[in-house]
Formats: sequence, structure tokens, C-alpha cells
Amino acid sequence: MLSRRIVPCLDVRDGRVVKGVRFRDHIDCGDIVELARRYRNEGADELVFYDITASPEGRDVDVGWVERVARELDIPFCVAGGIRSVEQARRVLHAGADKVSINSPALQRPALIAELADAFGVQCVVLGVDSLRDDDGDWRVRSLSGDPSRMKAHAKPTLEWIAEGVKLGAGEVVLNCIGSDGVRGGYDIEQLRAARAVCPVPLVASGGAGAKQHFIDVFQRADVDAALAASVFHDGSIDIGELKATLASAGVPVRQAAIPDIAGMASA
Amino acid sequence: MEPPANIPRVALIDAGGANLGSVRYALARLGVDAMVTSREDEIARADRIILPGVGAAGPGMRLLRERGLLDVLRDPPAPLLGICLGMQLLFDGSEESDVECLGLLPGLVSRLPESPGIRVPHMGWNALSALRATPLLDGIQAGEQAYFVHSYAAPVTSDCVAECEHGIRFAAVVQRGLIAGAQFHPERSAAPGSQLLRNFIGLGARDRSMQAAGEAACPA
Repeated sequence: MLSRRIVPCLDVRDGRVVKGVRFRDHIDCGDIVELARRYRNEGADELVFYDITASPEGRDVDVGWVERVARELDIPFCVAGGIRSVEQARRVLHAGADKVSINSPALQRPALIAELADAFGVQCVVLGVDSLRDDDGDWRVRSLSGDPSRMKAHAKPTLEWIAEGVKLGAGEVVLNCIGSDGVRGGYDIEQLRAARAVCPVPLVASGGAGAKQHFIDVFQRADVDAALAASVFHDGSIDIGELKATLASAGVPVRQAAIPDIAGMASA
Repeated sequence: MEPPANIPRVALIDAGGANLGSVRYALARLGVDAMVTSREDEIARADRIILPGVGAAGPGMRLLRERGLLDVLRDPPAPLLGICLGMQLLFDGSEESDVECLGLLPGLVSRLPESPGIRVPHMGWNALSALRATPLLDGIQAGEQAYFVHSYAAPVTSDCVAECEHGIRFAAVVQRGLIAGAQFHPERSAAPGSQLLRNFIGLGARDRSMQAAGEAACPA
């Protein structure tokens, strides 16, 4: 049976891992490769590196650190942020990333999703969706959320955008519920359940993890394939090995992590 | 790290797949400096041949044809391991783009059916169930999980040595003589993945090479 995945997300700025609350106030948390190795050894199933500076500033992703991670890591990882063309995606994938995630550039030009799927296959293409509930009660997408001063609201309803993105060729969707992000009150189960109903490809929950129970809830009640979190892993308040043991005893299928170090590392 | 003695020459075929770098790094972690090549003469001199692949069957086969690699792959001079799409290309054909493949293994690759709770692509860690013992699976424990990302899959035939299940059963690892394949990504499957690569290259814990196994299974 396919395991549900636990995915730590590392926000990257200038080649370092940083963290923030509600996308603000970033502080340095350490070296990318060191943190990647730590999470891999704790039993993370996959990592997401989100270049939070790339998209708002119109920069390219620096592939130097992507290659450093790819050389060391023996679990899959995805790179998000700053990818707006097939050529840029190719550089990131050839540097060793397994998937690329696109968000604002896909909203600006939805055909990008199809171009990436044609070039690399749907399994390499992740659609990142930042979503917020508006005053009228509907969820709508946001873009450029890496920088609050430039974040844009769109008229596009979140659920419609997810369905459109999958039709265009997204092989996975990460739904980041901005309203619950960074405040550790739990995932937005209602929104994720609604997204699940329109999303035939793997769906990753993002935003709101604060306790182990939140992970049990999101897998059992929203039927997501993976749960992404950042700060609770970075500050050690949730240990991934313990989280997986808790999930397993709650009946959620997970990959149990009894993990020797990365091949070649131990004897180095 | 000092490279172990008697490291075989590994030809890593550049078939345009995006996971070429990841496979090369995984081999480097084992102390193997693979030769990335799309030249027939270099492949012909290798001790091990790896065909990685990500993408669709049609473009994958077209690229191998354009690079003039069909003959050497249809009669490989050394043990051959296909990874992900590279494994699917070993079969007779694929429903994906309705394409004829290398024909080294009988059977047709077809799309995984979606059903309630079964999402396609099959993406994530899933358990391997060994169907028979082979040196290729040495050191990989029953039920260990590997990382899969694919929408198409090969059938469970007599060449299947380990299967996996996602809605239906499908081939996770295949082997017939010198021909082998992994549907999952050994380069991204932590310990079981690196063990499979070690076994294929002949660096396994018991240091039994696949060449010996292949010759035993397939006397000339």
C-alpha cells in the first residue's frame, strides 16, 4: 500500500534555509545540505525547497545548491520558486531535482503547466497553489506570496484553478492554505477536503501543522497524499520519527524510518 | 573515500531523461564514477549498462533510435538495468503513445487504472514484495519501501522478481538473464535503492555479481 508522505519544506533565501511566520520576518536556520541530511535521517519521505526570494524578484533559481543537495540526498526533492520557463525547469531538473513546483508563473501563463508536462512528463510538474478564503466565503488564489507587500489577489476560485491545472498536466498539487499558515492551529481540513474532491492526482496539504494530531486529522479527514510542514520540524517541536510512529498507530500507512546514513557518508 | 577494487565500468546512457544526474550521483555515493554516454562503442565496452529515464515512452524510444542505440540495447554486451521509463522500454511495447519498445522482455506496459483512493501518477513510497530470490534483491528486506513516480506500469510476468501494488499489482523489479529493471527510482529510494544498485554493479554485501547470476540463468 502506498504510504502517506511527510514532507518538510525548507524556505531558501540566498542559499541558506530561513523561516518566517505568515511569510514574514525571516530568520536564518542553517545550511541547506546539513538540514536536508538531518531530515532525511529522521525519516522525511521527500523534501521541498522553496526559493522564497526568486519569484517576487524575477530571479532565476540558483542551481548550485540544487546540485549540492542532489549529490548528497537519496530521497526525492522538489524545487519551487522562480521557475517560469521550460529552460529554467530543465536546469533545475538536470541539476538533480526530481520535481519542479510552479505557482505565480502558472497563474500568469497557465500554458506553462502543459509545456512542462510535455517536456518532462506530468510526474515532474507540481502545481503550488496559495489560497485564502475571501469575505464572501469563497477560496481564491493568491500569487507572489513570497513578499507580502507584493502579494496579489486573483479572481480565480481555488477549486477551479486546481481542476484546470490538473487538466493542463500538473502531476501533483500542493495546496497552501494561507489563512492557517504559520499559526500552528491545524491544517484547513474543510478547504483540503473540497480540493480533494476536484483533484485526481496526488494532493499535498500545506499550512497550519502544529501538533501530531493535526497530521492524523489531515490524512484521515481530508484524504491527502502528503502533509507538508516547516517550522514544527525546524524547531524540533515535532520529531519526524515519533510522528510516523503516532501516525502508524492511528492506522495511517507510513514508511517507517529505520535508516542507516546515506551510502558513502558513513565511511567518509 | 577510496574506491573499492575491481570497480566495473558503468555506462550510464544519456537518453535525455531528467534523472540522469541523480543516478550518476547515486553511483558516485557507491564509489562508482559512471561514464555518461550515448555512444554505441562506449556502451559496448562497459561492464554494466544503466538506462535511466523519465518522461514518456514515445519520445524515449525516438531518442534511442536517433542516437543509434537500438542494436546495442537489443543485444546488450553486459548486464543492463533499466530504471523507471528505462525499465518500461525493455518490454515489447507501451500503450503510452502506442509505441514499440526494445522487446527484451515479453509484455505490454499499460496505464495504471484510477479508482477511488487510487491516484495516478502513483507517487510516493510503496512496499516491495519479492516473488523469487535473486542476487539483485540481496539485502533488501521483505516489505521495504521504495520511491515510485509513474503513470504506466509493466505486468507481473515470470520475469518479475518483485511486485508492488497500487490498485493493481505491477512489476517493481524484473530480471531475465542479463536484463534487469526497476520501476522505482533506486537513486531516490534511500537504503533499499542503494542496495539494489550495489547488487547490480556487483558491490553487494556478499559480493555476488549479477554477471554470475545472469550466466547461471542463461547459459550460452
